[in-house]
Amino acid sequence: MDWEWVGAHRSLIVDLAEAHLELTVLAVVLGLVLSFPLALAARRWRRLYSPVLSAAGVLYAIPSLALFALLVPWTGLTRTTALIALVSYTLLILVRNIATGLDGVPSEVSEAATAMGMRAPRRLWTVELPLALPAVVAGIRVATVTTIGLVTVAALIGHGGLGQLILDGLNRDFRTPLVVGSALSVALAATADVVLVGVQRLFTPWARRDG
Amino acid sequence: MGFLADVAAFFGDRASWRGDNGLTQLIAEHLAISVAAMAVAMAVALPLGLVLGHLGRGEMVAVNVSNVGRALPSFAVLVIALQLSSIGVTPTLVALVLLAVPPMVTNSFVGVRNVDADMVEAARAMGMTGRQVFAGAELPAALPLIMAGIRTAAVQVVATATLAALVGFGGLGALILVGLRTGDNVEVFSGALAVTVLAMATELGLGWLQRRLTPPF
Repeated sequence: MDWEWVGAHRSLIVDLAEAHLELTVLAVVLGLVLSFPLALAARRWRRLYSPVLSAAGVLYAIPSLALFALLVPWTGLTRTTALIALVSYTLLILVRNIATGLDGVPSEVSEAATAMGMRAPRRLWTVELPLALPAVVAGIRVATVTTIGLVTVAALIGHGGLGQLILDGLNRDFRTPLVVGSALSVALAATADVVLVGVQRLFTPWARRDG
Repeated sequence: MGFLADVAAFFGDRASWRGDNGLTQLIAEHLAISVAAMAVAMAVALPLGLVLGHLGRGEMVAVNVSNVGRALPSFAVLVIALQLSSIGVTPTLVALVLLAVPPMVTNSFVGVRNVDADMVEAARAMGMTGRQVFAGAELPAALPLIMAGIRTAAVQVVATATLAALVGFGGLGALILVGLRTGDNVEVFSGALAVTVLAMATELGLGWLQRRLTPPF
């Protein structure tokens, strides 16, 4: 380890970590925005369920480097390319978890809400979604941790955040940036996971007692 | 659609398939390293997960190992493995095995552990020994989940073998990388298409096998 290099490149490292986080957050948020209607549609029209999940499963099976590469001829070496690929990987995890979470809401609870005069949108928003939150957050955790790992691969198209350090270390056969990039991306994944668990506890105060 | 015509022409041209970095050889390399890695990983992971599941020990480790595995970026694992040995086959194999082991340990553990307790009781009551219970009741019932683990691992191995081109191993990733470096989009796209087909074939093929092995009850 060359600590002098680390000291001299501190602002670069911070910038790359920020870019890494930004790309991850953007991908997961966009993934959620797309997954919610998909999961709701799959729940409303049962026949859509397995086609939606199979399509997401097929996208998920495409190797990350290949998906970036497939997009390059159309969207170039841009952040959009990275984002499209990253969002597609979150879909399977998020749609499956949101749908499972909503399915897990006891029917008596939904019926009670209906009996109290709630219409479907309000029932979804104030009763069903909060109860499905643990499953949804579990999906967001897996999606976030996976995305943080995948962002490193986007280094090959120039938008890899901390992966840029790994690639740089690899190309120059210089161990320091390589170790820094790898260690920080693992640390970022672990931190994100812990933060999301905290968020879940904050939003589901009724579930706190049984941990 | 001039671009897609170029891609089709690339696949249609015999010269793309032949020789040292021809498609035939790259596909063969890709498959060989994936199969080798899966063989080693299965030999390590399945006995470990199954035995721990049968004995009901080491739940913390067996269940969490796949969470840890997911947090490790495959790119980083590959590059770090490269630091530990020379360029080429060894680091690739080490990295692929490391990535394939966790989902298989977790799934085989959970598969055996979650077998209906009444069924295990019944098997015991019929006078089966521990080994017979395992082979006759637990293993068949756990098979779908074990297969799901193998499938997850195999798809990930085929995918990560693409990255192995970065550490000097060939495979289809080499086509993508060379294309990215020379700005040859046809080569990038063709390489990606070939890997995608390979990954899909793995996913769908093993999915089919998984359904075949699932007992119809």
